[in-house]
Amino acid sequence: MLEIKNLHVKLEEEDKAILKGVDLTVEAGKVHAVMGPNGSGKSTLSYVLAGREGYEVTEGTATLDGEDILGMEPEERAAAGLFLAFQYPVEIPGVGNMTFLRTAVNAQRKARGEEEMNSTEFLKTIRARAKELDIDAEMLKRGVNSGFSGGEKKRNEILQMAMLEPRMCILDETDSGLDVDAMKLVAQGVNKLRDAGRGFLVITHYQRLLDHIVPDVVHIMAGGRIVKSGGPELALEVEKNGYADIVEEVA
Amino acid sequence: MALPQPKLDALDARIAALSMPEDGWPRAAREAALARLREMGLPGPRDEYWRFTRPDTLVQAEAPAAALFENDEAPMFDAFDRLKIVFTDGVFDAEASDDLALEGIEIERLAEAATADLHWARDLYGVLEARGHSPVPRPLAALNTAFAADGVLIRVTGRPSKPVSLIYRHESETSDAYLHHCVKVEAGAELTLLENGPAAARFNNVIEAEIADGGTLHHVRAQGRDHERRAATHVFARLGRQSVFKSFSVTVNGVMTRNECVIELDGEEGVAHVAGACVGDGDFHQDDTVFITHAAERCESRQVFKKVLRNGATGVFQGKILVKPGAQKTDGYQISQSLLLDEDSQFLAKPELEIYADDVACSHGSTSGDIDEDALFYLRARGIPEGEATDILTLAFLAEAVEEIEDETLAGDITARLEAWLARRRG
Repeated sequence: MLEIKNLHVKLEEEDKAILKGVDLTVEAGKVHAVMGPNGSGKSTLSYVLAGREGYEVTEGTATLDGEDILGMEPEERAAAGLFLAFQYPVEIPGVGNMTFLRTAVNAQRKARGEEEMNSTEFLKTIRARAKELDIDAEMLKRGVNSGFSGGEKKRNEILQMAMLEPRMCILDETDSGLDVDAMKLVAQGVNKLRDAGRGFLVITHYQRLLDHIVPDVVHIMAGGRIVKSGGPELALEVEKNGYADIVEEVA
Repeated sequence: MALPQPKLDALDARIAALSMPEDGWPRAAREAALARLREMGLPGPRDEYWRFTRPDTLVQAEAPAAALFENDEAPMFDAFDRLKIVFTDGVFDAEASDDLALEGIEIERLAEAATADLHWARDLYGVLEARGHSPVPRPLAALNTAFAADGVLIRVTGRPSKPVSLIYRHESETSDAYLHHCVKVEAGAELTLLENGPAAARFNNVIEAEIADGGTLHHVRAQGRDHERRAATHVFARLGRQSVFKSFSVTVNGVMTRNECVIELDGEEGVAHVAGACVGDGDFHQDDTVFITHAAERCESRQVFKKVLRNGATGVFQGKILVKPGAQKTDGYQISQSLLLDEDSQFLAKPELEIYADDVACSHGSTSGDIDEDALFYLRARGIPEGEATDILTLAFLAEAVEEIEDETLAGDITARLEAWLARRRG
């Protein structure tokens, strides 16, 4: 589904390489986790895939279902089925959360040549999904993420994911800033979306999120590359011994 | 002090083609206004109050031509039940206007009222304008008082069931229109006054509003979208005790707009809000000049102005809060912000506070910025195309000003219009 080959990326503004040959394939129906120390390039990988400005791809490819996504605009990637749950969701006061979501859902549908969701259907769907994530009507009415707590912002990301039904979900440190209860809620939301046609790339520092979202494959990223891949047990190893051993082992 | 000869010559040239209506009680006020005008002269490029806005096209004898705008959308405020009064290029259009009778309100036309015995209008016409020249002269308003042949005189004695809607049509490419309106809101009475339309190639409009104790006046204005039109407008308002005046203007297009608003809070616990949203693209100059005087205790004033500018458009804000000695517990707020969508556009702001009382809360702020890149990426990452995402953020920026309109249906209508106008630009 998502295929990343030998991806090299540098910052546009300065001559600083961040990703130095990432190879990673996420198959439909699978959950892949990417772990790694600070500064290993995990968040850069998520931003580059989503199309954020400021990065330059110097080598390599990234495709979604065989289509090159690196040449697409961010909105085209979204319409193609890619979703990034932001580590730091942006506050947009003055834009109602509900209006925003409806605009997004229908923009994607339009781009795919599908019929727009009418307001009755939209309201019904969003109410049901919001309830599952313990998001109340008040939060839906407020400005996008504005004045939301850390936990509310992350739940709002998952709500967006549930409404947009992307085929490939990237979660960038969705566990950061969450207490245990909020993390469980978020993990439940993610698990509910797991199905045979959907892939997940879960980026995290810590193993604890992976107790709740159990991955099929775990990758360790260091120095801008995937240095080791394995099963869920690899996450436990990191939890026990830290990254130093693994990074040293492959160096 | 006599004006220097070149200034006098310029004034004579400006008024050569204008004729002062002869009739009735306004004549004395007109003569007085002309005398004031002869003392202050027309605004010139070196006047401090016109530093950011070139007055030349507003003061030259002939109105620069303005092409008519092909407008295919539903007329502004169309969804609202209102009493319509139509002026085409400054001339009253009886056929297009409603009957001027409405319970709780008396409406006369200036052109017809001159011989009628309207004490209240006599006490208002030119009076607030004359008070409004301190500390800076507003000659275009005096010019209006002297020569405006028509307008409406509205006395509000109750709570009329619907708004009064002044509709200004522009049908001649070279029209130069002057309208002068007086609004007297009696104690405890309430009116919503709507204005919309381009009015003329060049439009000079004055509203004098006297709001008695406990009275309320809501004013919502949509200035016409004809690209080449010019307008110089003045609103003079004097507020009594516990009275309310809220004025909102939306300006989209128009090569030159200068909106001046002069408010005196004369009675305790008066409330005055002035707000504006403008969207300018290309050859566009829009100026909001506001002067609010707190002359009584425990009054509240708010100024909220938002300007979206692109392709070399210019926005100006000159706003002042003057708190007189003794006007304790004044609550004054002023914000002016611009969203510059490119590097060619400019926003010139001069926010001022002048305070002579020691127990007041006044704040002011002015900012200029471009679209928030993080917010833009966030919207795009959810599948919203760049143009649409930019519009969403632009509307969110304007929202704070539009929210100053108290009537939510009217505010919703303005927002929907702005949305449609932005989308149209996107093509």
